[in-house]
Amino acid sequence: MSSISVPREETTVPAGEVLRYNFKERLCHWLNGAAYVYCLLTGLAFDTPYLFWLASIFGGGATARFWHPWSGLVFFGATLWMHALWKPDMAPIPEDREWNRNIQYYVTNQDDRVPPQGRFNAGQKTFYWAMFYSAIVLLATGLIMWFPEKMPRDMHWLLTVVTFIHSATALITIGAFIIHIYMGVFMVPGGLRGMTTGHVPERWAKFHHPLWYRKIRSQR
Amino acid sequence: MPSDNLEIKAISGHPGTVPGANASRDYDVCKLVDTTTCIGCKACEVACLEWNGYEFRETTFDNTYQTMPETAWNYWNLIKFNEHENEDGTLSWLMRKDQCMHCADPGCLMACPADGAIVQYANGIVDFNQEHCIGCQYCLTGCPFNIPKFNSATKKVFKCTLCSDRVGAGLEPACIKSCPTGCLHFGSKDDMKALAEQRADQLRKTTSHKDAGVYDPAGVGGTHVIYVLHDAKNPEKYGGLPANPTVPSMVRVWKRPLKWLGNFAMAFGILGAALHYLRFGPKTIDDKKSDGSNRETGERL
Repeated sequence: MSSISVPREETTVPAGEVLRYNFKERLCHWLNGAAYVYCLLTGLAFDTPYLFWLASIFGGGATARFWHPWSGLVFFGATLWMHALWKPDMAPIPEDREWNRNIQYYVTNQDDRVPPQGRFNAGQKTFYWAMFYSAIVLLATGLIMWFPEKMPRDMHWLLTVVTFIHSATALITIGAFIIHIYMGVFMVPGGLRGMTTGHVPERWAKFHHPLWYRKIRSQR
Repeated sequence: MPSDNLEIKAISGHPGTVPGANASRDYDVCKLVDTTTCIGCKACEVACLEWNGYEFRETTFDNTYQTMPETAWNYWNLIKFNEHENEDGTLSWLMRKDQCMHCADPGCLMACPADGAIVQYANGIVDFNQEHCIGCQYCLTGCPFNIPKFNSATKKVFKCTLCSDRVGAGLEPACIKSCPTGCLHFGSKDDMKALAEQRADQLRKTTSHKDAGVYDPAGVGGTHVIYVLHDAKNPEKYGGLPANPTVPSMVRVWKRPLKWLGNFAMAFGILGAALHYLRFGPKTIDDKKSDGSNRETGERL
């Protein structure tokens, strides 16, 4: 048999490749992503008249308004699940500081000058924590925005504040999301495949996440 | 007015100017509520329900003469009662007809994200089109008068239309028609403003209401419903009429600078990613250069 099968994992890893994300992690990631993208596209429809046409893709403005908060709950739930799965891997390590200091070499593809990184590099961790804290803010403000009719008259000022914070926080996540998609799909070939199939070539792991690669190789 | 577009603009074979040209005014309509002659009969409440086709709903008794605490999605016109104790210990029984103020600078319209759900007519009426309403209730956030009300069954927001259907046909609003004391007036904004100032002046000169005045708040660009108040310096005591209503500053910042900042940031973010791809391209795996070598230790796997 040419493939290495990993016990207790549903993912079959071919020879020359290593397991990067198990089934649970992939499911969590894509559930999170799908719910986020739904909230993103319907939210953009509510944000600017130039993108209100996006609402028609999802059955019109009223339908989009109905489902947006529910999708937000799914997004938040998936974020909590992801936190349970990845919190140890997302914790900062001393090497992160150096990576951040040398980020220009990473951005300009001078990878031989980039300090070696673990399972997630410092940039991925920044993205993760930005989305994690944003999700908390979006949930807190979004719950209030879900039922404005329940808000007593003398608390209406709070509606104006949470609506502003909800929009501003969503914009922060959009900035992070643009970079995330660009990195995963275009800038780092193999990244998207890793998240769909769950495995990556050994040389990919060795090149992009050497500390992690060393660790899993020593565990094998 | 429906006849506006039949005003004569040019006449064939006619010497000189067009007779009557520019003589007609552009009407922006206005409702004048004189709180000093309101007797609180609530005929306007009933007329509003009748014209707009709503059943008379159950009232909420809270030891006042008021029908319910505030307007509802199917109850757009409400007389607010307040037994106000004056400084000298006497009582003033204040009644104010509460409804949409039809602001010239409407916060509901600014906050609304749904194309066509709120319109402002040239005559000043601000109207909700429920078929385009998405039920987000941002209009509640923008309104300084607590007017838009949500129907949780249909998920649509409703409010006073200033009887745009009647006014469009040259009729006065239903509430005006029903008022027995004549405390409600309807006409052009200029005429109503003049009438209101005249009445306030009369009150100041001939009664003890030395602070009588007209409520037409500048913070929302003026309104198309104006009040004559006995005490224009304290509008709050008339059932919570705000002294200086404005569209909330958070709504203004959200709808203008933040929205445009966001739009540009998104566009430039995508553009930036595309330019980065053109300039630097994707990362290629160079086994020789970086096979996990650690710059600090020089250790190789």
